[in-house]
Amino acid sequence: MVPDAAALDETAWRDVDTAIAQVLAKRPRAARRQLALLVRILDTLPLFRWGRRFHELGAARRARFLDAMQYSPIPLVRRGVWGLRTLVFLGYYARPDVQTTLGYRANSRGWALRR
Amino acid sequence: MISVDADVIIVGSGAGGGTVARTLAPLARDGLRVLLFEQGPRLDDHEFTGREIEMADALYEDGGGFLTADGTMTLAFGRAYGGSTVVYTGTSLVAPERVIRAWDVPGLTHDDIARRSQVVMEENGVHLLEDADLNENNRLFVTGCARTGLHAEQFPLNLRGCVGSSLCNLGCPNLAKQGTHRVQLPAAERQGVEVVTRAEVLRVEERAVVVRVREKRDGEKGRPSEWRAGEYRVGAGTIVLCGGSIGSSALLLRSGFRDRLPALGQGFTCHPAHILVAEHDHPITNDVGHPKSYFLDRSAEEGYVLETCMYFPFVTAKNLTGFGESHARLMRAFPRLQMILVLAIDHASDGNRIAVDRHGRPVVHYKLARGTIASLVRATRTSARIFFAAGALRVHAPSARPPLLEREDASRIDELVTERHFLPGTISVSAAHLMGGCAMGRDTRDSVTDSWGRVHGIPWLRVADSSLFPDALQINPYVTVMALADRVAEGVREEAGSLVAAARG
Repeated sequence: MVPDAAALDETAWRDVDTAIAQVLAKRPRAARRQLALLVRILDTLPLFRWGRRFHELGAARRARFLDAMQYSPIPLVRRGVWGLRTLVFLGYYARPDVQTTLGYRANSRGWALRR
Repeated sequence: MISVDADVIIVGSGAGGGTVARTLAPLARDGLRVLLFEQGPRLDDHEFTGREIEMADALYEDGGGFLTADGTMTLAFGRAYGGSTVVYTGTSLVAPERVIRAWDVPGLTHDDIARRSQVVMEENGVHLLEDADLNENNRLFVTGCARTGLHAEQFPLNLRGCVGSSLCNLGCPNLAKQGTHRVQLPAAERQGVEVVTRAEVLRVEERAVVVRVREKRDGEKGRPSEWRAGEYRVGAGTIVLCGGSIGSSALLLRSGFRDRLPALGQGFTCHPAHILVAEHDHPITNDVGHPKSYFLDRSAEEGYVLETCMYFPFVTAKNLTGFGESHARLMRAFPRLQMILVLAIDHASDGNRIAVDRHGRPVVHYKLARGTIASLVRATRTSARIFFAAGALRVHAPSARPPLLEREDASRIDELVTERHFLPGTISVSAAHLMGGCAMGRDTRDSVTDSWGRVHGIPWLRVADSSLFPDALQINPYVTVMALADRVAEGVREEAGSLVAAARG
């Protein structure tokens, strides 16, 4: 979902996992169960097309599969993929080092640092 | 359960609760006990760090990610001392006369709202930013509007000493934004109003509320509660609910008022919105300066409003459709991004309502009407024209597929941006103008309160927040919430003479 995340080291990945886990921990148990079920379904579905599970696919096929899922005619699937990508983006794009790399420079001192 | 007596209870400390506290503060000075309960924490000034997730967690319900029942829309509302006024951008507009007339609430006039709005705006230091303080994200919007024959208007803002951090939506780190946490609540406390934070009102009983005060958890921002943790039953002659559209409606629903008030929770509107992004060929000042300085009001003509905006990296990433390389490429262009927030004017309808689950937690049922989707698509087309007229290379339009429009597509915007491509669940839609649920009106058949916020048939219970709106306001609502709250509080104050006399013995 985030190609640049490939550059993260092991510690950074642990931080990403922790950030996502912290958000999930605040969600109702039923919502967490639904998400876990969705992940299992998304992992299984590619078997019917490519004979492999999602986690066994190459990057290009993963992208094609997720693209199809995000435009699925089934609203529940679309919402599930939206929720998953939101979690992934939270884990990655909320990181201060990533925000700095992107060039995001908002600072409480505002104009004083930019003029 | 600990018993406490008071004369007036206020539930919530945002635009509604803060104003009620300010208007009723003279009662406290005269000896009445006025208590205000706020579910969220009271942050110290140094705790406003501007860090995205940290502040969202501290200041918003569900970190800003409260989902509607079907999961297709995110609702953002504050939960802190000052409520949503801590996290808005301070845009200060008076309700349009045509909207108040269309509400058709007996006894409520636009003149009264406008007069009270002026008082609030003066109190909050509302003014227009100087030209030198406008960033390029805003200037490009003005330029794009002018080149497409549209007239962008400047937002009056309630700021004092703004240095342009651009972090309004994460709580101003410079104390510049004049929310109720800076203006009305401190003034009320100085006169004797008691504010209790981390205090969740569980239910409303006959002339009383049951409140749970919770401990500050390890690592949480904010001061400990003013009261010891525990459950309290607090009695009072008058109770004023100011928990916002969702909070007040849910509180009354879980307190069992639905049988007496069939309109309770109905008529929820929220100005559904999404963020549009365009890429320029050079960096622009976008993450410095006030983020929301201009708007284009097409509410009467085309059912939408466009506002300048600038969001933080995670929120931006979430709002772009798709993922992978095309998504990442746009994110890497962050310093070159221009943003517009499009808001659709929705209308109260039968299905869109606030309910509670079996635990009493709020559940918002909301389905985007076809007309609302059409408004969002029209707004997207106009925004795309504005972006390109301002010089953008490409525009991210969620209701196009693929969502990226290149410059050479500029002549085909109507063909590429369509309702057919607007897929709820794929497109990020969010809302922060939460309205309705305890609407003002004639009687219990069409509403919950009268035009003074008095709950029908329950003289000791009032409502003073955005839940009073019988339909969408069609502009940023906080000034109107404060004007209505002032009106409700005035009604309470006028009837409180006997209470004051009793308190003075």
